[in-house]
Amino acid sequence: MQSKMKESDPILEVENLSASTDNLPILKGVSLNVYPGEIHAIMGRNGCGKSTLSKIIAGHPSYNITNGDIKFLGEDIKSLEPEERAQSGIFLGFQYPIEIPGVSNLEFLRVSTNARRKFLNKEELDTFDFEELVKEKLEIVKMDHAFLSRSVNQGFSGGEKKRNEILQMALLEPKIAILDETDSGLDIDALRIVASGIKKISNAQTGIILITHYQRLLDEIKPNYVHVMSDGQIIKTGKSDLALELEEKGYEWTDNFIKEN
Amino acid sequence: MVNENLVKDVVKEPYKYGFVTDIETEKIEKGLNEDIIKLISQKKEEPKFLLDFRLKAFKKWQKMKEPDWAALGYKKIDYQDIIYYSAPKQKEKISSLDEVDPKLLETFDKLGIPLTEQKKLTNVAVDAVFDSVSIATTFREELAEHGVIFCSISEAVKNHADLIEKYLGTVVPASDNYFAALNSAVFSDGSFVYIPKGVTCPMDLSSYFRINSGDSGQFERTLIIAEESSSVSYLEGCTAPMFDTNTLHAAVVELITLDDASIKYSTVQNWYAGDEKGVGGIFNFVTKRGKCLGKRSKISWSQVETGSAITWKYPSCLLLGEESVGEFYSVALTNNLQQADTGTKMIHIGPKTKSTIVSKGISAGNSKNSYRGLVKMGTKAKGSRNYSQCDSMLIGDKASANTFPYIKSQQPNSEIEHEASTCRISEDQLFYLQSRGIEFEEAVSMMVSGFCKDVFNQLPMEFAAEADKLLALKLEGSVG
Repeated sequence: MQSKMKESDPILEVENLSASTDNLPILKGVSLNVYPGEIHAIMGRNGCGKSTLSKIIAGHPSYNITNGDIKFLGEDIKSLEPEERAQSGIFLGFQYPIEIPGVSNLEFLRVSTNARRKFLNKEELDTFDFEELVKEKLEIVKMDHAFLSRSVNQGFSGGEKKRNEILQMALLEPKIAILDETDSGLDIDALRIVASGIKKISNAQTGIILITHYQRLLDEIKPNYVHVMSDGQIIKTGKSDLALELEEKGYEWTDNFIKEN
Repeated sequence: MVNENLVKDVVKEPYKYGFVTDIETEKIEKGLNEDIIKLISQKKEEPKFLLDFRLKAFKKWQKMKEPDWAALGYKKIDYQDIIYYSAPKQKEKISSLDEVDPKLLETFDKLGIPLTEQKKLTNVAVDAVFDSVSIATTFREELAEHGVIFCSISEAVKNHADLIEKYLGTVVPASDNYFAALNSAVFSDGSFVYIPKGVTCPMDLSSYFRINSGDSGQFERTLIIAEESSSVSYLEGCTAPMFDTNTLHAAVVELITLDDASIKYSTVQNWYAGDEKGVGGIFNFVTKRGKCLGKRSKISWSQVETGSAITWKYPSCLLLGEESVGEFYSVALTNNLQQADTGTKMIHIGPKTKSTIVSKGISAGNSKNSYRGLVKMGTKAKGSRNYSQCDSMLIGDKASANTFPYIKSQQPNSEIEHEASTCRISEDQLFYLQSRGIEFEEAVSMMVSGFCKDVFNQLPMEFAAEADKLLALKLEGSVG
């Protein structure tokens, strides 16, 4: 299985990536390849650099890449704007989705979807056609139509925000989705909805990176690989059972890996 | 802080209306004195009462001092260095549009205000004012069928002198303030609207003010009278060429509503704002006021202020009639080195009067944007209510926003509610929108439109779309 996958080209290649913000090094040589159909989980303590890695891949302007490369579908994307990365198929599910007062969720989703469709040389959707599409996608995350008329994420509960993220993923149909603690703050029903949504959207051509603290999401979506991050580095990579071991033994157990290195 | 590099990449959109029409004009000499005022009055063949009105105003103006309380800084205006009358040379009497200089028609065409019979806008009647004179007013016959008078104020002086004499200066007296006194002395043209009793004006009325000449000021005067149970929606637009000197614009607008009448007055102000270094641009000192004379009458101001180097403007309502209603919805956007000091006055005089103020100020670049508003409850304003909401949005870290709410109540049995907020477009919000494939500039303009939504909802449809586009245009390259 593994060798067969590697015959195709990777979607995402992170090569020895180092980055800093305000001259403070956050990432210290991260390497990670994601092939089509793969699900990767990244685990680690708060502050280990997991979220930073996801933001840098999405193009957040607050971080400086000091070394290394990020390639998406074989192309260097380091100089691309965040919107260009998104249009070309990189999706970041936010740990804390941002509230945008005054901007209707429906309009936001439509403009966003059309930006992606334009990149794909697909016809842009008018309000009516978009309504049709979004209705279908709302099913995936079991969201009510009323969400669309509210301002983006404003006054949404934690669970609603996360489902709104998955709705965006469903509309944008990314090549790779990096989901930053999409499971945090969700009750068990919402977690199932989100997890089944992610599974429905992903396929043999897409890659997924799940950033999480908890096994419970990985019970729903079984990863091919689990990476453990600590102090800006990936210190251990294993199969899905690594997550179980980690849950059992705690992050203290992983401190030994650093010493071994 | 917003990423500087992104900002630098954005190409600046030039001011679209900055062209000058090359046309022969008749100008009088520079300067201001009694003879100049007499000359203006003579050129316009005015009756004696109006010349007296002007001369009295001029005397008052000479004794007044230019106000300095606004949060504005600008080079002193030399009132003797301004031309007070400038008009494109035309045939003496123009009986139809065919006789209007094609260059003028072309100018308004370019501004998106076609005037000719074949091309004119179908749903709105337009009075087009070029420097000191009105060029044309469309749909006059159709409006006349409903008894609606819509013409230039110069014509109204000739044909409806009784109405002018009765109402001119009754809402904004000449002595009201420095710029109102100046306008009263030298006003050249503007629009006149009269809606008779019981008539709902069958279409929107609109005036378009165009400054073309660089060394002359524009001093327009507008008077709108809505008789009992009548209503009208009036739109005003304005643009000017790009000159590196400052041009003075000092207008007066007076609105009067009688019992159960309503006037909705909407403005999109897009005078030339000067360049990014603050060179040039219009000095815009405007006095706009409405008098709700009648019971249950209503005056609603909505304005989108995006142009001018300096804006000094407080569209106000005097609420005399019992249960009369005043509204003020404003979006003021400043960029580069623009300065705006704008707001409203709601003067509650009659009982059970109601007013609403919604002000949205957006400051970008190095600009300065102040809201200044007065809500006053008089001794007889029993059971009156006001609600004010003043929100400021800052873009970048060099712009400033101020709010100066003045509240005076002499009536314990009245309510005044004031809410204010300031926000800044955050990098996180921009990144969120961008990470969904939305371009940086579009992300900013989406957020700005969202911020202004409460006001845009009050604008007539076509105006709202225009205002939205205008804001986006004005903000291009401004975020940094």
